[in-house]
Amino acid sequence: MKTFKSYADVPEAPLADVPSSEEKTSGWRSNRPVVDLKNCTKCYLCWKYCPDVAIAINGEGWPEVKYDYCKGCGICAEECARDCIVMEKEV
Amino acid sequence: MMMTKVVMTGNYAQSYAAKLARAQVVAAYPITPQTSIVEKIAEFVAKGQFDTQYIKVESEHSAMQACISEAALGSRTYTATSSQGLLLMHELLFWAAGQRAPVVMGVVNRAVAPPWTIWTDHTDSMAQRDTGWIQYYCESNQEVLDTVLQAYHVAESTDVLLPAMVMEDAFFLSHTVEAVDVPPQEKVDGFIPPKRSPWILELGKEKKLGSFMMPDVYMEFRYNVARGMMAARKRVLEADEEFERRFGRNHGGLLPEYKCDDADVVLMTIGTASCTAREVIDEMRREGKKVGLARMRVFRPFPQDEVQRLASHVRALGVLDRSWGFGFSGPLYTEVAGAAYQGRHKPLMKDYVTGIGGRDITPPVLRGIFTDLLGLKEGAQETDWVGLRRPEKEVLRNA
Amino acid sequence: MPKTTIPQQELMYSGHAACPGCGAALVMRYLLKGVGEKTVMTIPACCWAIISGPFPRTVLKIPVLDNAFEATGASISGLRAALDAQGVKDVTVVGFAGDGGTADIGIQALSGMIERNTDAIYVMYDNEAYMNTGIQRSSSTPFGAWTTTTPAEAEGTWKLEPKKSMLAITVAHKIPYVATVSIGYPEDFVRKVEKAKAIKGPRFIHAFSPCPPGWKYSPEQTIKLSRMGVDTGIFPLLEVENGVYKVSRKPSKRTPVKDYFALQGRFRHLPDAVVAEIQANTDKAWENLMAIEEFSKTHPWCTF
Repeated sequence: MKTFKSYADVPEAPLADVPSSEEKTSGWRSNRPVVDLKNCTKCYLCWKYCPDVAIAINGEGWPEVKYDYCKGCGICAEECARDCIVMEKEV
Repeated sequence: MMMTKVVMTGNYAQSYAAKLARAQVVAAYPITPQTSIVEKIAEFVAKGQFDTQYIKVESEHSAMQACISEAALGSRTYTATSSQGLLLMHELLFWAAGQRAPVVMGVVNRAVAPPWTIWTDHTDSMAQRDTGWIQYYCESNQEVLDTVLQAYHVAESTDVLLPAMVMEDAFFLSHTVEAVDVPPQEKVDGFIPPKRSPWILELGKEKKLGSFMMPDVYMEFRYNVARGMMAARKRVLEADEEFERRFGRNHGGLLPEYKCDDADVVLMTIGTASCTAREVIDEMRREGKKVGLARMRVFRPFPQDEVQRLASHVRALGVLDRSWGFGFSGPLYTEVAGAAYQGRHKPLMKDYVTGIGGRDITPPVLRGIFTDLLGLKEGAQETDWVGLRRPEKEVLRNA
Repeated sequence: MPKTTIPQQELMYSGHAACPGCGAALVMRYLLKGVGEKTVMTIPACCWAIISGPFPRTVLKIPVLDNAFEATGASISGLRAALDAQGVKDVTVVGFAGDGGTADIGIQALSGMIERNTDAIYVMYDNEAYMNTGIQRSSSTPFGAWTTTTPAEAEGTWKLEPKKSMLAITVAHKIPYVATVSIGYPEDFVRKVEKAKAIKGPRFIHAFSPCPPGWKYSPEQTIKLSRMGVDTGIFPLLEVENGVYKVSRKPSKRTPVKDYFALQGRFRHLPDAVVAEIQANTDKAWENLMAIEEFSKTHPWCTF
């Protein structure tokens, strides 16, 4: 997180322009989704329903959890059509 | 230089100025006695004389938000209001200043409710002195027109970027006709060309204007807003000088003085009472009384240097407050006295609260004030509501 | 190219401050997929004012303006006017506000914006209470719900007033297009946004937005509740275009209200008789909706 040494570093107007992706929200979770791609049909429900945009579709078209951002809400596990995702306790 | 003199009210002077300034968007809501400003603008637009987007908003609060949002995309904006409308905007006045939106607004000073009243006093705009807006108080229709143009020049200066309000007394200026020189459009274009602030939203750019700040940044941010007002002082003076170079007249900078150089006592006035006061001064000067006047043309930024300089060489300094702030004394007096306090020489000072709710400040009233000021002694009552009808038994401390 | 049922482009960054399982985060995500990057957005005080994260962070890949709480409608008008003044024709102005900022404190400005025929989309994400300030009731809170200001300590202390109908209010303004959407049906959501985008004039989108802390449920249920709200008939999916109603989804058998309530702590206190009353009202309302849909084909602009 950027720190401001003096008022001269603070913009004149409250204009924010740093992408929030600098904040890793991984520390929020108590559980993490573990994906077993064996039965995955690439329906992308998990990708679609993630409120944190924390599931991406990788180069081979498989869903991939971005563990830097996943908050462990469990929606992906709940919605997966083939029960590929299980929520496990975060260590 | 080609002069076009038009006989117009102070309100129409605002409308002409908004048109000359080429305000790209006008968002306004009617309120007596501002209404003819917006009606005239609507007429200009309907006749194709003013190429502006005129949003007929449903309240003053919405008017100010619309202006702020327009400014967020870099458009020049204008609005006008009075009294209750200005009070309703209060929240957003802070917003405009904090967002550094150079909105220019005409304010027709009207006393506040309850009870309902439409006549003039300065309570409405004095109550906004903490918002971060530049404040001008005019005493003629010419000054109204010229000052709206100057206001854009100052507000849009990169080191200022603060909104500005241009006040005129209800009915004394708003509805009274005077001959006003209307500067030619090309000259106005040269004086206030379009200017784009660096602190706006741009299409296609990932930015958020407003945001929320934690305590570790907010204080520095507010200081930057304060710095904008400090920079405004210089820009206000510059704008008046530049205006004189281009248009052949100025309006006295921050605190125009009249016969103060050798004055024994000076009355600080604000708004149209100043005109009447000058007449009384001339009369009293002929009687050998050394009286003078200093008009508070610009209240924000506060003309601290000018006040201190004035205070340093007069025996007594009176202040005419056309509003009450429920503080130590009237709002104008409190700030003037505060500024004078640091001076090596402290004059005797007194606050004359008068003209409240539109009560006429006539020559006899002003003569009475000057006379009181001339006879002012140490220990006299510091605040007087002049002309107040009092119970007979009430005694004023004058010595 | 993976085949997805909604556009793949993300106009929202991760790392935002929404609660785990936040419905409003998905409302924004789907909305952005529908409106695209040529958008300017204005957001009042609400959860989303904070979800963006503290200065100097921003979450959306478009320009965003924060506006005063009451004034989203006015901000929209201002942005649109500025773009018009600058000759910009291909940018969509979107206002994005909560139910508080729309149906309560913001209703005047919304009404003004619509009445002036402002060319913009107003999205109300409805989590059915003033969530950002800690779950106080709004006019959008459903009858029977617990909130901190309707604490349901005893009989009759839950929310007693029915949910205010923003649909009826916007239709009464003769708005060209209003639609209800739910994050439980993302394809329908995005389709309606894309449709709205192509229409000129004021458009209103009412988005159902479940809230785990406010509705008191476990966050993984968000999508399930988003579907149940629709399938009970409590939050029907529909459009009203030029006054003609079109219901988007007609479940052959609507989900019982009590099943929907059973998943949410905010309804736990309700006696069976009250739940039965709510079921009866929901059935009646659904019947009315079917009738209005039919009637509006020949008599547009009737309100529901």
